[in-house]
Amino acid sequence: MTLALYVPGTGVVHRLPAAAKLLALAVLAVALFALPSLAAAGAALAGVVAVGLLLARLPVAVLTRQARAVVWWLVALLAVHALTTDLRTGAHVALRLLTLVLAAAVVTATTRVSEMVRVVEAVCAPLRLVGVRPARVGLAVAMALRFIPVLVERADRIRAAQAARGGSPRGVRALRTTVAPLLVQVLQMAHDVSEALDARGADDDPSPRRRAQEAP
Amino acid sequence: MRFRRPGAAPAADDVADPARGIELRGVGHRYGQRVVLDGVDLTLTEARVGVVGANGSGKSTLARLLNGLVVPTEGRVLVDGLDTRTQVRAVRRRVGFVFQDPDAQIVHPTVAEDVAYGLENQGVPPDERAARVAEVLARYGLAGHADHPAHLLSGGQKQLLAIAGVLVMRPARVVFDEPTTLLDLVNARRVAELIAGLEQQVVVVTHQLDLLDGFDRVLVVDGGRVVEDAAPGPAVAAYRALMAVR
Ligand SMILES: Nc1ncnc2c1ncn2[C@@H]1O[C@H](COP(=O)(O)OP(=O)(O)OP(=O)(O)O)[C@@H](O)[C@H]1O
Ligand SMILES: [Mg+2]
Repeated sequence: MTLALYVPGTGVVHRLPAAAKLLALAVLAVALFALPSLAAAGAALAGVVAVGLLLARLPVAVLTRQARAVVWWLVALLAVHALTTDLRTGAHVALRLLTLVLAAAVVTATTRVSEMVRVVEAVCAPLRLVGVRPARVGLAVAMALRFIPVLVERADRIRAAQAARGGSPRGVRALRTTVAPLLVQVLQMAHDVSEALDARGADDDPSPRRRAQEAP
Repeated sequence: MRFRRPGAAPAADDVADPARGIELRGVGHRYGQRVVLDGVDLTLTEARVGVVGANGSGKSTLARLLNGLVVPTEGRVLVDGLDTRTQVRAVRRRVGFVFQDPDAQIVHPTVAEDVAYGLENQGVPPDERAARVAEVLARYGLAGHADHPAHLLSGGQKQLLAIAGVLVMRPARVVFDEPTTLLDLVNARRVAELIAGLEQQVVVVTHQLDLLDGFDRVLVVDGGRVVEDAAPGPAVAAYRALMAVR
């Protein structure tokens, strides 16, 4: 299981505030759609790769891994457009997607999840007015990232256990025989995790609002 | 005053008396109709307390009572004189808890972030937080892994991380529920050594009896009751005798 995750570094891209990087990512996404030219998309891709490899000094593998993950999407986009419109449009659309995927990879690889979470919390801060606790939203985001690989591993383990006893279901049946036991494990784990959160003081929300309410 | 001093203990701590240790008074617990613990009276002040017993005998329930994860359906549990029913937050700050499965205890994607989690909950300022996280990671051999994804650690490293995440909060007492069950011999030994070196009071539930070497006191739980309460030698002997006739 490979999730694009933080690659330690001290360069300028790493030191940029998470909010700035996320904003840049958003601006890039809008710009790519606002400037519908193949050349612009190509330049953006070159720019993103340059920032990732030269400025942030990320290993090439970080980018190729992400590119490989979407390669079939790109091929499919290209094919669909080649059949319905023309190859040039297909190339443009595919290039745009690849650029965004790589840009997102550069941001995640140079930004700690905790920094990202703080941006999410800041963005959610106004929701306090309607009773949302931003720290909880941030925790949910971090936990989602944390538990994706755990769940994939558990699913693999279930499949291996079934294979060890001669089961090798495919298709819909495989989905059913893996998903049911996985769901049971996930529910058990959710209970265990909630206990662990409690034990580590998840209730001790140090948000000013909560403390203000409690102060004598 | 608008803000409580970050990391400051709640007002309840003013009345806490560390000399009292952990007290269980007439404690019973049932899940629905099922009685899981019955008539438990204990005062735990020793530095090293072990708990052994058969599967389903009630050890984990007993352990969870000690930091208020489970509130007894009968009787009271007091930590330094604080009731787990009414002062659960103050109690949890005093009693850390380490579970069997590290995967369920690690809630952030990378090592240092996970260790920092409890400190964030306590409102420790960022600078102090970073320093304490670095210190704990160094102490438990995880310094080189600060920014590593937690899921890439070995099982033993994951358990060390889970323990680091609890110890960084500096609880006065730590409860371990089968901390070495999922570990190989080498990692189990590392965790055992780590536990032995703690300055805190420690309560360990375990099926690995050699973990109890050098302990001050061992409780044998059976059918929801404490049936033996002695030094490790006699207690383990009583436990073996009990299991031999099953
Ligand atoms: N949340 C719960 N709801 C209902 N019953 C429970 C719950 N937790 C535990 N039990 C039951 O209470 C009894 C004691 O469980 P406990 O987990 O305390 O045992 P244990 O001594 O820790 O066992 P093990 O050695 O297997 O960990 C068991 O019969 C168990 O099925
Ligand atoms: Mg148990």
